[in-house]
Amino acid sequence: MKVGSGRVWINAYTRDYYGGALMMLIGLGAVVQGWGYKVGSLTAMGAGFFPVALGVILILLGILNAVCAKRQPGTEQAGEKLPSEWRGWICILLSVAAFVVLGKYGGLLPATFAVVFISALGDRENTIKSALILSVVMSVVCVAVFWWALQLQFPLFTWG
Amino acid sequence: MIGQSLTALWQGFGVALEPHNFIWSFLGVLVGNLIGVLPGMGPLSAISILLPLTYSMHAVPAILMLAGIFYGSQYGGAIGAILLNLPCHPPHAVTCLDGYPLTRAGKGGTALGITMVASFFAASFGIVVMVFASPLLVSVAFKFGPAELFAIMLLGLLAGGTMASGSPVKGVSMTVVGLLLGAVGADSTSGTIRFTYGLTQLSDGVQLVALALGLFGVTEFLRNVNRLHAVGSGTKVRLRDMRPSKAELKQAFWPIVRGTSIGTLFGAMPGTGPTITTFIAYALEKKISKHPERFGHGALEGVASPEASSHAKTQIDFIPTMSLGIPGDPVMALLLGALLIQGIQPGPQLLSDHPDIFWGLIASFWIGNVLLVLLNVPLIQIWVKVLQVPYRFLYPAALFFISVGVYSTNNSLFEVGEVLVFGLMGAVFVALKFPIAPILLGYVLGPMVEQNFRRALLLSHGSLKIFIDRPISVAFLSACLLLLLGQAYFATRAGLKRRRLGDALPTPPKMSEALAAESASNINHAIVSPAVRGRDK
Repeated sequence: MKVGSGRVWINAYTRDYYGGALMMLIGLGAVVQGWGYKVGSLTAMGAGFFPVALGVILILLGILNAVCAKRQPGTEQAGEKLPSEWRGWICILLSVAAFVVLGKYGGLLPATFAVVFISALGDRENTIKSALILSVVMSVVCVAVFWWALQLQFPLFTWG
Repeated sequence: MIGQSLTALWQGFGVALEPHNFIWSFLGVLVGNLIGVLPGMGPLSAISILLPLTYSMHAVPAILMLAGIFYGSQYGGAIGAILLNLPCHPPHAVTCLDGYPLTRAGKGGTALGITMVASFFAASFGIVVMVFASPLLVSVAFKFGPAELFAIMLLGLLAGGTMASGSPVKGVSMTVVGLLLGAVGADSTSGTIRFTYGLTQLSDGVQLVALALGLFGVTEFLRNVNRLHAVGSGTKVRLRDMRPSKAELKQAFWPIVRGTSIGTLFGAMPGTGPTITTFIAYALEKKISKHPERFGHGALEGVASPEASSHAKTQIDFIPTMSLGIPGDPVMALLLGALLIQGIQPGPQLLSDHPDIFWGLIASFWIGNVLLVLLNVPLIQIWVKVLQVPYRFLYPAALFFISVGVYSTNNSLFEVGEVLVFGLMGAVFVALKFPIAPILLGYVLGPMVEQNFRRALLLSHGSLKIFIDRPISVAFLSACLLLLLGQAYFATRAGLKRRRLGDALPTPPKMSEALAAESASNINHAIVSPAVRGRDK
């Protein structure tokens, strides 16, 4: 499993550039949005003052971050060769999304089954069978603990 | 005043020992311990997963239970660190250095026993300090105006950001991101709705539980999936092994005392997390030891001192959290958020308005520590078994508990969606090597910082001089400045040195790089595991 081959998108260098850029982007967003609320002056601050100030600070920090990237090459080389785990990542994110969707259009039981089943498939060592068993077990736990014992306000089956 | 404190403490024991409160405290310690032992789960995830359960309770049992969870998970983390070399909570990264070699040498039980003694001693000392220092601090705190509070919070935020782990610039950036997240929703002064992007569900602000579970639950799973495997170390820990011998106690005594004093000292400083404290305690032990070469190969001192320091530190951390309403680290921020949800505003008034909570909490700390010792002796066998729960079963189940838990806070699926967003956000930040814990600190303090800043300037009619005119605020602001200058100085010096010597020089382990150490040991683990993995099939 060679991951380092080809173009390396993220290494110690570029990571700090991306990080700095991301901070600047967030900061810029805060400034633009905050400007829309009333900024006011120091004597009479509006709702926008604090967000704009934070945005400016974040932009400066982003720049600083990108500048510092040059200064520290090769500090974190060791232990950086972690392979991407797309399967795991996608499954985990999908599972929570499935809980939200199925919770609305299906109910607690389908949502529970989905969140456990989909996320379990994210682990390469889980087979469909073991994922199924785990999700059935968790569904039973869910019905017993949350629906029956804690009386959670969440219908077991629903539509819309 | 001291007599008064003691009487109040006596009443506090009465509150904490009420059967109803005691049972919740006990449950908290037990469940916290259980979750803390599970691989990949630290105090932050333990508290945030169980936080929704406490909503329906009264404030007193709720906070007692949360404190119990915190204790239990903290101790549980040490078990994983010592027996499996798995630090699930950054402060335990140091414990691994000597704890795991001890386990391999067949003395894991002793290490656990010493950890227990160390944490109990340190926590007891911390509680005593808390009993006497809190009323003093409260009497001072009543004189604090918005300018002083703003200055203290600023120091806390800066210290929390710069000393978190990794690059200080990144830590501070994350603090600011947290502050921005805290600004989401209705502005408390003007009522303007901010940053909701048309989503009415956001007008009450971002939900604490959703944020915490996204950052410390989903992000952790994203980071660990397929990389973390429970390994049956085959360690058998018997009761007999856990009792340290007299010689071992003697060997560990002074390190425990030193660790406790370091923890106490650092606890008094806002924002310095427990991680840096443990690193300093370890470094000190190594420095003054006559045989520094033993460290890293199973030196008992290397386990005793850091564990003592982290427990003393967390204990002392409760002082500013409770008496000023300013949390020292993310865990405290989470507990503070839980109190706010219960409708209790920590601060100088807490002691006079809710003495039952304040003193009950202090008493429950001590009870919690006693319970920990009592519980862990018989249950250690079970914990060792729990440690071997395969991660592939653990995280799907945990994801379910997270989803249902967040839903149950407000019966809202929207907040489960928030978890997803914050989890993804946290994962991006982690991939870019940003420390995520300061976000929570910024989020909790955000509204308070803004309010106090605005109030201070309202009082001074828009003149920034108010921050310089007040002696207390000047002191804290200059501490902020010193902190920044110091960090800048160390950063440039380290940068220059590295450039001069080239990359050949192995970088010295920086105290602030706990997370790096943590991930490194996880990787280490992943490499070791395939050979042994067959065991958990």
